Amino acid sequence: MEQTVSYTLDSTLDTVDHAEEKATRIATELGFAEDEVMQISMAVREGAVNAVLHGNAYAPDKKVVLAFERTPEDLVITIRDQGKGIDLGNIPNPLAPENLLKTSGRGIFLMRSFMDVVEIRPSQTGTEVKLIKHVHGSSAGGKERTQ
Amino acid sequence: MSMKLSTRQVDGVTIVDCSGRITLGEGSVTLRDTVRDLLAKGNKKIVLNLGDVNYIDSSGIGELVSAFTTTKNQGGELKLLHLTKKVHDLLQITKLYTVFDVKDDEAAAVKAFK
Repeated sequence: MEQTVSYTLDSTLDTVDHAEEKATRIATELGFAEDEVMQISMAVREGAVNAVLHGNAYAPDKKVVLAFERTPEDLVITIRDQGKGIDLGNIPNPLAPENLLKTSGRGIFLMRSFMDVVEIRPSQTGTEVKLIKHVHGSSAGGKERTQ
Repeated sequence: MSMKLSTRQVDGVTIVDCSGRITLGEGSVTLRDTVRDLLAKGNKKIVLNLGDVNYIDSSGIGELVSAFTTTKNQGGELKLLHLTKKVHDLLQITKLYTVFDVKDDEAAAVKAFK
């Protein structure tokens, strides 16, 4: 059974917190383990930060669309912004010695560390980030999401 | 829960007790301002006690790096104390655990300053 819920959010810092809270609630309701819930919520927070700051640059007329889809195998989270897009070929490796002491540039790395699949691609209006966490065995998916 | 900081002196070392979340926005700014203020006042031996920090994001990690490098660049030294498992794991996967001087015991952290 597929379930999808979508939110259209302003380009504000509050959106980052709200996105994280929604991810925590939904992942918890779906029965993910505590450490997985933390990973999912942190990945969503980092995606929301990128959308609000780097994508929409806090522009009041631009929105962030956050969607959660439950499939039999996965929790699929999509974050879309209306920014100018990112150069995927120019994302520095934060683990490289010359980048270790940089104060930014770890968001995408953390998303990739915490999720099973991370896809970043241009959308019709900006950038779309898809975060996928597999449902493992009976530890997740045992509860229906209420919305 | 937003971030709260308080400072105290132990044998010439400033202990900054942090609690809450170090995340983009208020938490990161509070930490940045506190460290800069300490350095401006000549307090260059700093321990960040993160024992009550229950959440940190990439911006918070960036602030820890900034605090570390800013202190070092001004001839000071900054150590981290009492990492929670979440913060410990984050510093491990970002390869920053070996960059910071991390201590589990406050007295040992204070003694470790040259």
